[in-house]
Amino acid sequence: MPMIDIQAVSKWYGPQFQVLKDCTTAVEKGEVVVVCGPSGSGKSTLIKCVNALEPFQSGAIHVDGINLQDPSTNLPKLRARIGMVFQHFELFPHLKITENLCLAQEKVLGRSRDEAMTKAMALLERVGLKDHSHKFPGQLSGGQQQRVAIARALAMDPIAMLFDEPTSALDPEMITEVLDVMVELAREGMTMMVVTHEMGFARKVAHRVIFMDKGEIIEDRPKEEFFGTPRSERAQVFLSKILAH
Amino acid sequence: MFSGFDFDVIWRSLPYLFWDGMSFTLMLTALSALGGLVLGTLLALMRLSNMRVLGAIATGYVNLMRSLPLVLVIFWFYFLVPYLGQMITGSERPLVVGAFSSALITFTLFEAAYFSEIMRAGIQSIPKGQVSAGYALGLTYRQVTGYIVLPQALRNMLPVILTQTIVLFQDTSLVYVLSITDFLGAASKVAQRDGRLIEMYLFAALVYFLISFAASRLVRALQAKTAIIR
Ligand SMILES: Nc1ncnc2c1ncn2[C@@H]1O[C@H](COP(=O)(O)OP(=O)(O)OP(=O)(O)O)[C@@H](O)[C@H]1O
Ligand SMILES: [Mg+2]
Repeated sequence: MPMIDIQAVSKWYGPQFQVLKDCTTAVEKGEVVVVCGPSGSGKSTLIKCVNALEPFQSGAIHVDGINLQDPSTNLPKLRARIGMVFQHFELFPHLKITENLCLAQEKVLGRSRDEAMTKAMALLERVGLKDHSHKFPGQLSGGQQQRVAIARALAMDPIAMLFDEPTSALDPEMITEVLDVMVELAREGMTMMVVTHEMGFARKVAHRVIFMDKGEIIEDRPKEEFFGTPRSERAQVFLSKILAH
Repeated sequence: MFSGFDFDVIWRSLPYLFWDGMSFTLMLTALSALGGLVLGTLLALMRLSNMRVLGAIATGYVNLMRSLPLVLVIFWFYFLVPYLGQMITGSERPLVVGAFSSALITFTLFEAAYFSEIMRAGIQSIPKGQVSAGYALGLTYRQVTGYIVLPQALRNMLPVILTQTIVLFQDTSLVYVLSITDFLGAASKVAQRDGRLIEMYLFAALVYFLISFAASRLVRALQAKTAIIR
């Protein structure tokens, strides 16, 4: 049974506009899947459907065997088990770094302050930011904030991690520090679904690459095949554009 | 030029003006600001919820309150509350509601409409991603609202909230139509009793001005300090 199972998911905004068209794919436990495609193709929407941040009208998504649309599914509980990292970090600016990492551990998982704090410090150490624990998010650089955001998600001991363009809001010199953390995570066997245009990252750790266009999954193939010669014309055009710079 | 005036009357009535009058005014201001903020925040959340009925009720309430002159609301409330209380409790006589309670309820209900507009703007100023991040961590609507949205909205809106409270501080002087001894009520009672209208009203104006002015300077100083670093 795949960790994330997406079956024929379609989603509309209003009666006219279909953002997702019959999307089907799956992510196995320990698998790293990169999702790419032009702007507006529905990548963010798809990934947000996986932890039910966005509703969808038809199809089904199962995470760890749990049907998202089953009315008896406790969505907050399920979301707590899936880590999510956003393009704009979305750290809570009014809370210190440690508070950012402890809040959900305490309020959702019911961990004690000590437990949560120990976990938080260990994770901050791991992403190389232990010395910044007492600061507020606004006092950190973009790259540092994104590493904190990854640590915040990991603090919940997630069974899978979703990333939505985690490096695209960063200055070039900060991209590597974030990708390094993600590469390490992938090598440790974390199940990951990553929307990114960082093809270097995809080549390094992805098992599969999904290419989306206009709400459809056009290609869904092992990395070697995807970067090899045979592929759809749309993916070719897209790749040549993003690899150009 | 001031030869015909007796400013000593102020000095003599200071304890009465401040112990009786000003403490009432400040208490009424503080409590109704607090009550108004709590109720206003609830109204704002109702308006922003996707439950239509709740939103319509809140919108109706806010529009009604904002279209009525405050003096009228004070009057109506003062005369209606005892009868409303009678209806609710089913007692034989109109309920006895103290002047302070009546004023407090009125101002709370009235200010809530204004605070709800402020809080609505404050809540809407929080980026959507903050809410998504909260949900993604497994927090519930209540937790996201309580730990993420409202603290930030309050911080962002604090200067506006305090400025509105200064306006409220001045508006509380309207309770004098109910011959309540707030600061202005106290001043006018002394003025009538001693026939020192000019002195007392001048002094009252000066006190309202000084307090409001000092408070708004304080708000400005605070503004820089409370801003959230982004
Ligand atoms: N709330 C919404 N209401 C209406 N349309 C929306 C809404 N959110 C997104 N869309 C539209 O849905 C489409 C897909 O959006 P989505 O954010 O998933 O694209 P994306 O592939 O992540 O693009 P990008 O690379 O720019 O992030 C876009 O055309 C977008 O304008
Ligand atoms: Mg996107």
